[in-house]
Amino acid sequence: MSSVQALTPREDTGFTRRRFYLAAIYGFWGLIGAALGAPALIYLLLPPKPRKGVEWIEAGDLRSLAAGPPKELVFRRNRVDGWKVISEKSSAWVVKTGENEIVAFGPQCTHLGCAYHWDDLKKGFLCPCHASVFSPDGRVVSGPAPRPLDRFDVRLENGKLLLGALREQMEPTE
Amino acid sequence: MKERLARLAEWLDQRTGIETAVRNFLYEDIPASSGWHQVLGSVVVFLFLVQAFTGILLAFNYAPTPGDAYNSLRYILTELTGGRLIRGLHHWGASMMIVVVALHMIQVFLYGAYKKPREATWLVGVALLLLTLAYGLTGYLLPWDNRAYWGTVVTTQIMAKVPVMGPYLSRLLGGEGAVGNVTFVRFYALHVLLLPPITTFLIALHVYLVRKHGVAPVPGDELRPRKKFYPEQLFKDTAAIFAAFAVLFVMAVAVRVPLERLADPTDNSYVPRPDWYFLFLFEMLKFFQGPLEIVGTVILPAVAILALVLVPFVDRGRAKRVAQRTMAMAVFALAALGWAGLTVAALATTPKPAVPEVDYSYPTDWIELSPAELAGIGYFRQEKCMSCHPVGGQGKQKIGPNLADTTSRKSAGWMIEHFKRPAAMVPGSIMPPINLSDPQLSTLASFLLKLNETNAAALLAAPEFAAEGAILYHKHNCGACHVVNGAGVQAGPPLNSLRRRRTRSWIERHFVDPQRMSPGTIMPAYKFGPREMEHIVTYLLTLPD
Repeated sequence: MSSVQALTPREDTGFTRRRFYLAAIYGFWGLIGAALGAPALIYLLLPPKPRKGVEWIEAGDLRSLAAGPPKELVFRRNRVDGWKVISEKSSAWVVKTGENEIVAFGPQCTHLGCAYHWDDLKKGFLCPCHASVFSPDGRVVSGPAPRPLDRFDVRLENGKLLLGALREQMEPTE
Repeated sequence: MKERLARLAEWLDQRTGIETAVRNFLYEDIPASSGWHQVLGSVVVFLFLVQAFTGILLAFNYAPTPGDAYNSLRYILTELTGGRLIRGLHHWGASMMIVVVALHMIQVFLYGAYKKPREATWLVGVALLLLTLAYGLTGYLLPWDNRAYWGTVVTTQIMAKVPVMGPYLSRLLGGEGAVGNVTFVRFYALHVLLLPPITTFLIALHVYLVRKHGVAPVPGDELRPRKKFYPEQLFKDTAAIFAAFAVLFVMAVAVRVPLERLADPTDNSYVPRPDWYFLFLFEMLKFFQGPLEIVGTVILPAVAILALVLVPFVDRGRAKRVAQRTMAMAVFALAALGWAGLTVAALATTPKPAVPEVDYSYPTDWIELSPAELAGIGYFRQEKCMSCHPVGGQGKQKIGPNLADTTSRKSAGWMIEHFKRPAAMVPGSIMPPINLSDPQLSTLASFLLKLNETNAAALLAAPEFAAEGAILYHKHNCGACHVVNGAGVQAGPPLNSLRRRRTRSWIERHFVDPQRMSPGTIMPAYKFGPREMEHIVTYLLTLPD
């Protein structure tokens, strides 16, 4: 039967109708794909709306900090973790640089996030993972770390040390 | 370029056979009578895929335990961009799937398309209908709000009453009588782990059987030349799918899916109702009481399922045209009438909830405010502050400064002086003085002190009853004896979680005549107008725990 149909003049209109069908099929599926795909990407990729500004946390007493080797302070802080605010243990390496001057470093190596420690012999912060070494002012001395140690915003109030947001140090500090 | 693509396609086809398979699928022979009435099956498959897709997306941010489910869903709805849309698609997609599955079955039934040799196709279809309902039943619990919790309590109690099997069913669903951790995770496991592979398998089987027997022709069709599925019928299927998707998308955007309070087993004021497609079963239980209850819970549903299963074996006559299938039409009309009647009756007899539901699918920061701060929102609206001031992203006029901007924040005292004599505090200000008493102005100032860019929208979303109720609360100085959200003096009982202790009518009568309701109380009587009474009592009943 197809050979009979193929010879009829209908073929021409059939061809344009076929093109219309194809265009509509691709068009409809394209629209559906976009209407589902775009919100999905936005939903997965955009960060959640912020709920709270950064809180200042009391990390320790100023008097207990002496000049000398850096000291690790452990404190509790609240952190927004998805749908919860959790209270968790956190720490900072604190260096007293002057009578009323304190520098507080985030406790993770800037290379791959391992916890580093103060090495008294080397007089520097030593990362156990890939042997990055940081000087007491946070600069990279050796190893693969790409940037100086991150620093907390610091405030001194009534003899207490308050820590704010943790910030990346893009340029080596002088 | 074109030649290269063709070579690549050929290479791929020789190794995988994919092109041949697609070609075989698309160039299926279908009866000449095929057309728009046969698109529903494709729409169902599409809706199932949308459910799978949106379900997976939800699972990326949803924590399936009673402790976290509700809060993680709120997080999806209020903090993630697009979360509300994804949940809307999943919610309305479920309802839509039930509708289209029913339409698909009705079409097959009226056309007699289940007749020999297509009985197995029909049976698999019945199984898929039951699976669709099972998704609805198990998914209903997952938001873990009051609606979910109480709806599921009723469902599990019904199952526990099934003779002989009841206790086992009940244990299988995680606990005799109590809906809790175990029930929740089992419903979740059914909903996302067990049902989807079964559904996928049965859909594949269903489609295989449809292909094996071919699309059912109508009588008289056998002699006409058959046509190809592609492209005409594929176009019709696609157009129907697009229409269904457009309706679904508009519903997901425009119709809110509320989230109620966190599931509360001690809430004695809650009116549990199942989702709309189960309402007829729910309503039926009103007619069968005592020893007859089993008729409504087990016997009638079982008979209905059995009837569906037996349809192709009872109706074995020769295929007839749709218009001549009077018996089938009558059976269908009767079933539809019964279903609709029961559903309407259930809707009509659902009592209005005593406490209006706060919609927790939006941020509800206003609920934590003190009465004075909330009253401030009321005065803020009365004085139409937003006709000149933008507040965060809200408000179109930019005549005055943005009130959500915390960097130029002044003290409450400064603000009150400014409200009274605007130009005296800000030279050149064109703001008109606000004609309110000092205590009223101080509520306005305390609200403005709470305001910032992140909470502006959530605070201004405070419902009318809350702002107006708080104005009354503040005006009558209730805080001199009562504590709300930590503010006030604790001489009388604290008012948070009042809805657990008192009913609406008790509170209303207590305002009118405190001595009669609680003898010895020092609370004076208050004469509120009906609107005022509505506002203050509703406000008190929605105070958080």
